[in-house]
Amino acid sequence: MNGPQVRRLVLERCFQAGVGHIGSALSVSDILAVLCDGAVRGIGSDDPDRDLLILSKGHAAVALYAALHLGGHLSAHQLATYCGDGSLLGVHPEHQLPGIDFSTGSLGHGLSFGAGAALGMKRRGVDGRVFVVVSDAELNEGLVWEAAMFAAHQRLDNLVAVLDDNGQQALGHTDDVLKLRPLRPRFEAAGWAVDEVDGHDPEALRQALHGGDDGRPRVVIAATIAGHGVSFMEGRVSWHYLPMDADQYARALAEVGG
Amino acid sequence: MRQAFFDALAGIAERDPRVMLLTGDLGFMVVEDFATRFPDRFINVGVAEANMLGVATGLAQQGFIPYCYSIATFASMRGYEQLRNGALLHQLPVRVVGVGGGFAYGSAGTTHHALEDLGLMRLQPGMTVLAPGDDGQARSGLEATYDLAGPVYHRLGKDPLRVSGLGSGYPPDDVSILRPGGDILLLATGTMAPPALAAADLLEQSGVAATVGHVACLRPVPGATLAALLGGFQHVVTVEDHHITGGLGSLVAEVIAEVGIPCRLSRLGATALPDGVTGSEAFLRSRAGLSAEGIAERALTVTGIGVAN
Repeated sequence: MNGPQVRRLVLERCFQAGVGHIGSALSVSDILAVLCDGAVRGIGSDDPDRDLLILSKGHAAVALYAALHLGGHLSAHQLATYCGDGSLLGVHPEHQLPGIDFSTGSLGHGLSFGAGAALGMKRRGVDGRVFVVVSDAELNEGLVWEAAMFAAHQRLDNLVAVLDDNGQQALGHTDDVLKLRPLRPRFEAAGWAVDEVDGHDPEALRQALHGGDDGRPRVVIAATIAGHGVSFMEGRVSWHYLPMDADQYARALAEVGG
Repeated sequence: MRQAFFDALAGIAERDPRVMLLTGDLGFMVVEDFATRFPDRFINVGVAEANMLGVATGLAQQGFIPYCYSIATFASMRGYEQLRNGALLHQLPVRVVGVGGGFAYGSAGTTHHALEDLGLMRLQPGMTVLAPGDDGQARSGLEATYDLAGPVYHRLGKDPLRVSGLGSGYPPDDVSILRPGGDILLLATGTMAPPALAAADLLEQSGVAATVGHVACLRPVPGATLAALLGGFQHVVTVEDHHITGGLGSLVAEVIAEVGIPCRLSRLGATALPDGVTGSEAFLRSRAGLSAEGIAERALTVTGIGVAN
């Protein structure tokens, strides 16, 4: 599985369903391809000792569905129901779908759920890890920092946050909306281990995800581009929400590969 | 009441290793015993109630039964969306323990008066909502619900309280009849049984015989039991240290209207926007019409029986 394959499915599903959130799904596609291709142990199983994957930026769920499909956890038929009447595959993910550990969509909750689950694993003596994919805009939410402090205080080195740092949010560029940067010292001051990688480099992502057991939770700040892979979407705030018309879809497919 | 609850919780934790206690940095002189006996299962999350509910969701997903403790205002509202999107949506056994329902925190002020917690909790399908009437019911309600699959809200009073005649408080159809009388029904919840009983004494002096009932479980709704009880009266006064919308009064209104019971309802509780006036729990209850005298006066007004006196 690779990012371009995920991106192609994202475009197909978004076009068929006539929905947006495309830019955000394209930015996180490489991250989810790595996570769903072996980094998260036991994904899609009901093994109580499996690793957990929480897509805290739930609005990019279509990319997670695509990765779950490519990983063999979701059928083509199920994927084709995206946003349809009666489907479990909505714009934001629901836990009733195998492979989805937590329903998300309201930003800021995932790291808090994940910290609790990581603590639970430690208390149970289970050797699992919890991966939480957060967005940079999501760091606006105070709960993220409550959870960040808690995770460091509890020494949850089995908790890994992957930050899809695409620099954009619904109405603007993240630092224009609410200044966040520099990100590294914020997390370091909260007691986290920090890696900074190219979020479109699968090998760099894989290596960062394998990091440490030094008593600190880990954040992988993955530098990404909103709308990555489609030239007319890259870095454009409008593609946070816009759906594609037929011409845009054809051009996007031609560019994205996969 | 909260001490009785925590004593019982420690007893359950002794036999069930899944039980944990989380606090939002509250519970001085209440949580220490649990913390000492079960250090691995006690967590002070800091002054961060929203995260407490989020962390509890993750712990419950891993098989634990976390009890999340704070003052009822903070416990019920600060982490409400975390409760909704976490324990409720995923039907996980998170417990929210709100101490100091109503005006129990008296002079602490408006920020500490829990007047909407029951309504907020009662809104949610999949929630169990308990407002026990005394220490024994706090214990029995805890014992009966600690192993439920979905979340539970416990609204507790601060101080020790003993009321005779209360049932176990759960299962939900266990509506307690504390005193019989044929003229009017006074229906209380939480720690409002004593003033309701005292009001019945006053009413008796005025020649009015009041039944005093107590509802400890507000969700699931004890609908059939309430309907049968209400069917025997022309008048009912609900008595709650809570806004009159959303809590017991609303619950009784729903039962009356939907079943079609010819019983006239008068809801007694908080109705006004807080005006900043402080005082003891008894004083603030009295201001809201929730003293024995206030309850009796409302009962006499609605029945018309005692007006001539």
